[in-house]
Amino acid sequence: MRYPKSGRRLASVCLLLCLTLGLTALPGCARRGDKAAGSITLAGSTSVQPFAEMLAEECARKYPDRPPVNVQGGGSSAGARAALSGTAHIGMLSREPAESEKELEPTVIAIDALALIVHRDNNVVDLTKEQIRGIFSGRITDWGELGGTPGPIHVISREEGSGTRGAFDELIMGGEDVMARAIVQDSNGAVRETVAGDPRAIGYVSLGLVDDRVRAVKVDGVEASVESVRSREYILVRPFLFVVKGDPTPEAKEFLDFVLSEEGQRILSEEGLVTEER
Amino acid sequence: MNRKEKFAEVVLTVVGLTSVAVLALIIFFIFREGAPFFAEVGLGSFIGGTKWSPGKGQFGVLPMIAGSFFVTLGALVIGVPLGLGCALYLSEFAPKRTAAILKPLIEILAGIPSVVFGFIGLTVIVPLIRDRLGGPGFSVLASALVLGIMILPTMVSISYDALRAVPQVYREGMLAVGANRWQAVTSVVLPAARSGILAAGILSMGRAVGETMAVIMVAGNATIIPGSVLDPVRTLTSNIALEMGYAAGLHRQALFATGVVLFVIIGALNIVARSFVRNRVR
Repeated sequence: MRYPKSGRRLASVCLLLCLTLGLTALPGCARRGDKAAGSITLAGSTSVQPFAEMLAEECARKYPDRPPVNVQGGGSSAGARAALSGTAHIGMLSREPAESEKELEPTVIAIDALALIVHRDNNVVDLTKEQIRGIFSGRITDWGELGGTPGPIHVISREEGSGTRGAFDELIMGGEDVMARAIVQDSNGAVRETVAGDPRAIGYVSLGLVDDRVRAVKVDGVEASVESVRSREYILVRPFLFVVKGDPTPEAKEFLDFVLSEEGQRILSEEGLVTEER
Repeated sequence: MNRKEKFAEVVLTVVGLTSVAVLALIIFFIFREGAPFFAEVGLGSFIGGTKWSPGKGQFGVLPMIAGSFFVTLGALVIGVPLGLGCALYLSEFAPKRTAAILKPLIEILAGIPSVVFGFIGLTVIVPLIRDRLGGPGFSVLASALVLGIMILPTMVSISYDALRAVPQVYREGMLAVGANRWQAVTSVVLPAARSGILAAGILSMGRAVGETMAVIMVAGNATIIPGSVLDPVRTLTSNIALEMGYAAGLHRQALFATGVVLFVIIGALNIVARSFVRNRVR
């Protein structure tokens, strides 16, 4: 049933506008609370971000009276800029500081290593960095060229923007593109599952996620292991750094100490990163 | 009008307008985030570009448009004949009691979460294709098979309703002049229900274009225009879901622009579907 009445349409439009405006205003209120006095802000690498968030949560659980820790992404360069300009107390980097960032004081919180993984039945055990680049750029397409059982290589990569993909691009590809034909999976776990099920697949995951259903190949003759990462023989590594400009504030220092404490380091190594032996 | 009725009217108006407002906000937001991207990169190099490499400033979305197209086409080739056949059986041939049991069962299919379909695809269909047909298994074919099954409930229930809406006298008339049931169905019932069946196909198409989770799991997500059904493929929705976690700046805008493309495609499909449904009512 309809009751046509002039003015109803106008009223409806007004109501619609009010609702629209009301809803758009909401996120504004929520954001204001974040910059509470005394909180610590971390910004930078999206690879370090999840680990920093985990540390921040654990720290808050253990020391509820300490100021809250905010973790933001943005990338390593943005993190360094934020630390330099003072917008963040601590910058997070997943690479060595550049020349322009030498002013920052770096602390290695852990080392991330990548493992190249293949199916357990694959008989290729050792690849050079050049060969890996050839496989992922599409120049080498058959396992026969690498001394394995002949058959097409199924290349498994990660999505653009992921930290693991970024590290792989930087450490292996050296400016070359991973071929567009490469299969893209959206997590370390999915890459491992795919490789575990396909005898012709090759992929890369964080070292901590290699299990006995897949096999990590040697890179330039060096086995991927916690020991070879610690001894600096294995080349597919990058440091995770926290950087501060000058002396950290007492609150930031407290958080840094927590990260480097036995407990903080244990969290990181449980999550698959390599930490220094202490 | 008494006070109670007035109150109910106001409440319902507010509730109704809220859902419209939410839709309006979504449209506004997608276009606001996506529009600057078109200004910066240009519509041509976005829609027509074949290379997607956001890290290097290359934003060609054509492989994903092609991907969505092929995967959806494949899903329809598999799902439409199956769904229509099922609807025909239920409506015209099955005993009443069988239909009463089977129809709800098929509708339950619609309630299974898409991640479950994706997981079955990943653990059953992908290895099967890899071992029997070659290639990596993650492929147009795997996606089309999974989606073809996922669109069945839509296809079956809407075509069933369309077939049931054909007046019984049409069938009786055919039988009275000596036609058998199959002849009655093909020469009278199907043509009479044509627009409803078309609408079912178009709504199924909308479902297939929009599905994300299951497709990400089985499609392989490579940014190429597939050359065969065994090649991996990335759809528009997968492109957004895969990369939104990290995207910032221009890359983020590019994903919203992908959303705009998807929105336009789905909007067009809906308009076409509605016009078919309206024709049927008249």
